[in-house]
Amino acid sequence: MNQQPGTSGLIFNEPLLWDKSRDGRCAMSLPKSDVEREPLDENLTGDSPNLPQLSELDVVRHYTRLSQWNFGVDSGMYPLGSCTMKYNPKTNEVQAARQGFASAHPLSGDEFSQGALKLMYNLEQYLAEITGFEAVTLQPAAGAHGELAGMLMIHAYFAKNGKQRSKILIPDTAHGTNPASAALCGYESINIKSGKNGILEPSVVEAIMDEDTAGIMLTNPNTLGLFETDIKEIALIVHSKGGLVYGDGANMNAIMGIVKPGDIGIDVLHLNLHKTFSTPHGGGGPGSGPVAVGKTLEPFLPIPRIVKELDTYKLVTDFPDTMGRIHTFYGHFGIMVRAYAYILSMGAKGLTDASKLAVLNANYVKESLKGTLNLPYDLPCMHECVFNDEFQKEYHITTMDMAKRLLDFGFHPPTVYFPLVVDGAFMVEPTETESKEDIDQFIDAVKAIAREAAEDPEKLRKAPLLTKVTRLDEVAAARKPCLRG
Amino acid sequence: MRYLPHTKEDIESMLKVAGQESLDDLFNCIPDDLKITNSLDLPQSLSEWELNVHMEELASLNIACKSYKCFMGAGSYDHYIPAIIPYLISRSEFMTAYTPYQPEVSQGTLQGIYEFQTMVTELLGMDIATASHYDCGTALAEACLIALRQNSKANKIAVSALTHPSHRQIIHTYISPSGYEIVEIPYTKEGLTDVKALEAMDDIAGIAVQSPNFFGNIEDLSAFKAVADVKMILFITSFTEALAFGLLKNPGSFGADLVAGEGQSLGIAKSFGGPGLGLLAGTKKQMRNLPGRLIGKTKDANGADGFVLTLATREQHIRREKASSNICSNNGLNAMTAAVYLATVGKIGIREIARQNHDKAVYLKKSLEKAGFESVFETPFFNEFLMKAPAGFEQKRAALINDKCTFAGICLDKFYPELKHHYLFCATETISKKDIDQLAKEVQ
Repeated sequence: MNQQPGTSGLIFNEPLLWDKSRDGRCAMSLPKSDVEREPLDENLTGDSPNLPQLSELDVVRHYTRLSQWNFGVDSGMYPLGSCTMKYNPKTNEVQAARQGFASAHPLSGDEFSQGALKLMYNLEQYLAEITGFEAVTLQPAAGAHGELAGMLMIHAYFAKNGKQRSKILIPDTAHGTNPASAALCGYESINIKSGKNGILEPSVVEAIMDEDTAGIMLTNPNTLGLFETDIKEIALIVHSKGGLVYGDGANMNAIMGIVKPGDIGIDVLHLNLHKTFSTPHGGGGPGSGPVAVGKTLEPFLPIPRIVKELDTYKLVTDFPDTMGRIHTFYGHFGIMVRAYAYILSMGAKGLTDASKLAVLNANYVKESLKGTLNLPYDLPCMHECVFNDEFQKEYHITTMDMAKRLLDFGFHPPTVYFPLVVDGAFMVEPTETESKEDIDQFIDAVKAIAREAAEDPEKLRKAPLLTKVTRLDEVAAARKPCLRG
Repeated sequence: MRYLPHTKEDIESMLKVAGQESLDDLFNCIPDDLKITNSLDLPQSLSEWELNVHMEELASLNIACKSYKCFMGAGSYDHYIPAIIPYLISRSEFMTAYTPYQPEVSQGTLQGIYEFQTMVTELLGMDIATASHYDCGTALAEACLIALRQNSKANKIAVSALTHPSHRQIIHTYISPSGYEIVEIPYTKEGLTDVKALEAMDDIAGIAVQSPNFFGNIEDLSAFKAVADVKMILFITSFTEALAFGLLKNPGSFGADLVAGEGQSLGIAKSFGGPGLGLLAGTKKQMRNLPGRLIGKTKDANGADGFVLTLATREQHIRREKASSNICSNNGLNAMTAAVYLATVGKIGIREIARQNHDKAVYLKKSLEKAGFESVFETPFFNEFLMKAPAGFEQKRAALINDKCTFAGICLDKFYPELKHHYLFCATETISKKDIDQLAKEVQ
């Protein structure tokens, strides 16, 4: 077995900011004021907020030490299913930091913002081409925000057509954001079961789809990593009842240059630029969740929209059927710059290769580990595969125990206990940027852990052993919340 | 392609394990009629240096050059960003991590955001702050939904006409599918929200007032709190300039139930309007209604202090359709940026920066008055104020942008048609007296 990446080393303790604070310190050199002091009415002013007082080195050391307690894609393999933790190219950061982009004020006016508008217009075009749709909005700030925008467009469509509908079909494999987004539009979620091989069956949709149902929210490839092969037939059923098909594009990384969702019956699709298009996740955002639509929903796109006239670009708000605005300005422009740089760096072939290699990596993991871990759906997979802890039950070892033990080996665990349809799910998405050697190390680590489960299960239950802290008491955290220092 | 590590040999041996002949065969599970036959129609791929040239060309089409002078605010502010902030925040352990679902290897993000939550509660005088939202507009819309859902009798929310125009639009987008409505509270000739008009409103579930308001004026929030108490409804405040609370009384001291704000001023680049930072804070009573992530302190199995995501039973991945919101990814890295900024400026720095913003804005206003602009309100403001421009200013303004890269105010007539030739000006600590004197000379 190769040497595993996880090891122990010196790690620093670091107190909370205010425990380091000493009255009189300040880590910023303040410019001398060159204008007179202008007093404000005492009824309006308050005390200075009680922020910590630190020197510059105090701040630098504090955040450097904190960062060392974190695991990122740059530290090691991060096979978190449905999250597409691929490499985040560093050149993208350089591009977004250019003065002309980073300093641009959103209300500078179209005439003085042509670079930003051109970039956004082009990015919309590229995303429309990749997904096979008519038009794209870049305004949503994250995937769930994109879902909300998509569902609001569907809501606006039915309102415009005279009769609102009350329900939406959502398969049991869906992300939790799907029903939550639909609920914000007042739609009742009707949970539908996927078939025994993990794929949604048209007959199930046919039996339940009616003229009070706005449509269906589908993730394709689904969260089991399987392609929904009957998508066209399902779309036909939904359309025949006047409904619309919402596509959750969180898993687009599997099918770039292979399938265009807009060609196969989907009416609206959101993308996650922080998944498929390589922008960093940042420990919880900021992401970006563009939404692509076909002709039916185009009039309902959020405003403002970018319109090209001859060689100039304009922000236009005059679309009477629009669903409205969902971001103060135009969305997460800084994230769009990164995704745009990624698409231009990859080109058509690069993106298609990325999807092919993402699928190759996932199938390689699936085949390599299927004797070690139970594989509930043994079918060719797309970009991710879902195992569970069935084989380890005899040793009373759970998915959580194995996930925590993986940390000691130097790997971020896969997504665990999702999708909900697989009991004890262990969902691996290697992404295309992991090399065969790194994946082999991961496979070896999982095999070693499976052996430990049989030979030394107590070790797994105590894992992780090498991290700064071990398993945390989440129950106590929720029972007596302490949300500030 | 430098991001794809597979050699030809790797692909062959991996295909063998996967039981497939070729990369294309991996997609045999997809029916042929669903696949595309042509390759994607995208531009030729660029090398890194070609990309640099292309991107700089695009960036320079925006007028935001090195000698840039920004007298504009309205929700996006030009503040000095100390070098340590981008330096620390670009540490890849922060930048390339996912949401801290595995707390044992995420203590950096978790402690950092816990400290952020704490500093935001200090800044706003509130009990609880969430781990971030997309921007002020979406945070405010979520706050309005909380008020509406808590009130079984009323389905309207009263929102000040001096709340950022985009924020009012976002509230409308978020609440109208559920059958809720906005009623707008008009503004007075002093440039303040009309509390008398509010008193007369019936059947409202909550009140939302921005302070400093969109015209930059500081509202008397105690008057609105009194109305909310009489009507027994929630009082929501919002703000677009977080640095105002280095100087002004915080919203908590006026008894706000919920506070939504924009944190872009806290060390985050303007970046053509995003990503910024949505702030959302509440009283203890609202804890379980707040949408979005919360970090809490706890102990590990060995008794050591540590931090975890907590109260997840409010959230979509547990509650699905019954969740308090659909929010998942938020603006975590920008929250961390704001935390580094607040720790950098500290208690002393934030006061001085806030004072300088106010002082320079007052100086700018006086200078513009001397240059022929008309003051519109005599109401106290923080760093933004409204002026009526003399004839011919529109042309001078465009020339100033083209020739000097100076952006002199924002014309408000597209937001308030009654305010023809009215411009919203802003001055921050990045503007010098010399800049202001120069501007006053140019626009005379």
